[in-house]
Amino acid sequence: MASTRPNQLFRNKSAKIAAIPMIVTALFVFVGGTIWTVVYSFTKSGLLPRLKWVGLDQYERLWATRKWLVSIENLAIYGLCMLVLVFVIGFILAALIDQKIRFEDTIRTVILYPYALSFVVTGLVWQWILNPDFGVQNVVRGWGWESFTFDPLYNADIAIYGVLIAGLWQGSGLVMVLMLAGLRGIDQDVWKASRVDGIPAWKAYIFIIIPMMRPVFVTTLVIVVTGIVKIYDLIVAQTGGGPGIATEVPAKYVYDMMFQANNLGQGFAASTMMLVTVALIVIPWAILEFGGSKRHD
Amino acid sequence: MKNSVEIKNLDLQFGAVKVLQNLNLEIGKGEFLVLLGSSGCGKSTLLNCIAGLLDVSGGQIHINDRNVTWAEPSERGIGMVFQSYALYPQMTVEGNLSFGLKNAKLPKSEIETRIKHASEVLQIEPLLKRKPAALSGGQRQRVAIGRALVRDVDVFLFDEPLSNLDAKLRADLRVEIKRLHHKLQNTMIYVTHDQIEAMTLADRIAIMRGGQIMQLGSPDEIYGRPVNKYVADFIGSPSMNFLDGQVKNGAFQVGDLTIPLDGYDFADSSGSAEGPATIGIRPEHVVTGELVENTPFQIEVEINLIEPTGSDTLVDCEVAGHHFRVRMDGQSKVSVGEKLRLGLAPSKASLFDAKTELRL
Ligand SMILES: Nc1ncnc2c1ncn2[C@@H]1O[C@H](COP(=O)(O)OP(=O)(O)O)[C@@H](O)[C@H]1O
Ligand SMILES: [Mg+2]
Repeated sequence: MASTRPNQLFRNKSAKIAAIPMIVTALFVFVGGTIWTVVYSFTKSGLLPRLKWVGLDQYERLWATRKWLVSIENLAIYGLCMLVLVFVIGFILAALIDQKIRFEDTIRTVILYPYALSFVVTGLVWQWILNPDFGVQNVVRGWGWESFTFDPLYNADIAIYGVLIAGLWQGSGLVMVLMLAGLRGIDQDVWKASRVDGIPAWKAYIFIIIPMMRPVFVTTLVIVVTGIVKIYDLIVAQTGGGPGIATEVPAKYVYDMMFQANNLGQGFAASTMMLVTVALIVIPWAILEFGGSKRHD
Repeated sequence: MKNSVEIKNLDLQFGAVKVLQNLNLEIGKGEFLVLLGSSGCGKSTLLNCIAGLLDVSGGQIHINDRNVTWAEPSERGIGMVFQSYALYPQMTVEGNLSFGLKNAKLPKSEIETRIKHASEVLQIEPLLKRKPAALSGGQRQRVAIGRALVRDVDVFLFDEPLSNLDAKLRADLRVEIKRLHHKLQNTMIYVTHDQIEAMTLADRIAIMRGGQIMQLGSPDEIYGRPVNKYVADFIGSPSMNFLDGQVKNGAFQVGDLTIPLDGYDFADSSGSAEGPATIGIRPEHVVTGELVENTPFQIEVEINLIEPTGSDTLVDCEVAGHHFRVRMDGQSKVSVGEKLRLGLAPSKASLFDAKTELRL
């Protein structure tokens, strides 16, 4: 009699077998690696990992280091500005292109192109553009404005904004295409209805269209935020963390500690702090988003 | 009757494609006009021009004696309902109804009164706090109608509002739209490709084809006196039977049959015509049984096929080498291969010129 219910574990067998390598990788590499890192952040590891417990020493040292504090501050400034500006610029560009303009393909390609470049190339390009001797400052002075000064990468107070410009130049294109895809997915009849209702275009965007694009915004947010937290190569290529320690960021601090200062324990502690920060942001959001997922349509 | 909407020499083209050409239409106050035509014939385009959602290439549009050719949609005194409902999904039903009014800076009390009135008329009061995702298709379309209703306008535009609904709901909401029109007595312009909707709702139907209006008239006129073969074929289900032949000496000759045309109302004032023509006879205008004796023309045919539909039975046969369908009562006892006597009255037939396909 086939009336007994088949064991749930053996349903979709082939799919489950196919997923095993990925599950194993995820468990061992991501989860295992993470736990290992957290554990060793409580040790006095130097050049090599050693299980010599020092309690919270590494963390106390971390939070007493000026370079780390500057890194955190830079990440906050860069992250906040990047997040706001990349969304504003990306969305406005997408909204402009969505007006069925001519040469749309060309413009889209030109704006998306920077995203295809490596951060290292972007960093170098903008290092030149912002260099007072070759770049913008030089060009404007060549036009006759002799006192013009624009050298963000050489001024410790604003150097991080020089990096921000490069980051925006590279990131806006991606946000734009994602937003454009979202805008193109909007039923044209909704636009027509809003026009019959007499809603001005900007109001229609804010109160009708953007709320309808929520899924696109969430996806874009995840991509942009992960890009911000792990920013490293742009800094290395563009400023090397300088002038002084003016453009240091947490990921670079971790790398420097682990592979240049031969201080693994300190590097692990810094990475753990980054993980905790991300978790503090992601977990409440995930609970909000997926916790009551049954109510979504 | 004063005209509510007047369309004068309207042209519309997308790039090089001319979709509407020199179109004229006058719609009376309180009239229910249906634009009927197959898909792609320009019905939505015409409606969007009236709404102001498309810029016309030439001609004028007047609504309530005001030239609105270049006015914004919201300033034309129209409300519009779309096939896809086009509700604002992140707002509640109440938000959907009130958003446009709030934006127009109407006083709060006025907005409340209008929403109350509209939701009573459409019976959507219990739904006011819900979002569109939590509504059925029929409820969503009611809300969309409500959004047009609260605008308190004289002209309603509908673009295939029932096409996304299943057959039962479509029939229900159709009746409701008709009732709404009786109650409000405002002008309604209704686009559809469904002839049943058109016949049941319209005061007048405009049959469109290729961006032009083929015939404009009451459902009776369109059904009984189609101006050309296209309209005759388009209206009526099952469609009209056509026999190709000749009009000669006041009779229609097809093969070796001669159908007398006494009592046929010729379009030409001379009351006659000659030459190659097509006669169109609706399946429901052919009589069978005892009634045959009273008709001027009778013929015996062999039954080829029977399609029972419950209320009616459709019988397929052959007349003078042409495929011919007859509608009989659903209770009729007939079977394939049997002989059947048919009778027809020329006064109910339609004659079309073989070349121009225009009504004779
Ligand atoms: N935005 C547009 N650009 C170019 N051609 C269009 C556009 N909209 C409609 N058309 C064309 O105009 C014709 C009429 O379209 P439409 O009014 O939507 O037809 P209907 O509503 O009667 O099905 C169609 O042939 C269609 O291809
Ligand atoms: Mg259409």
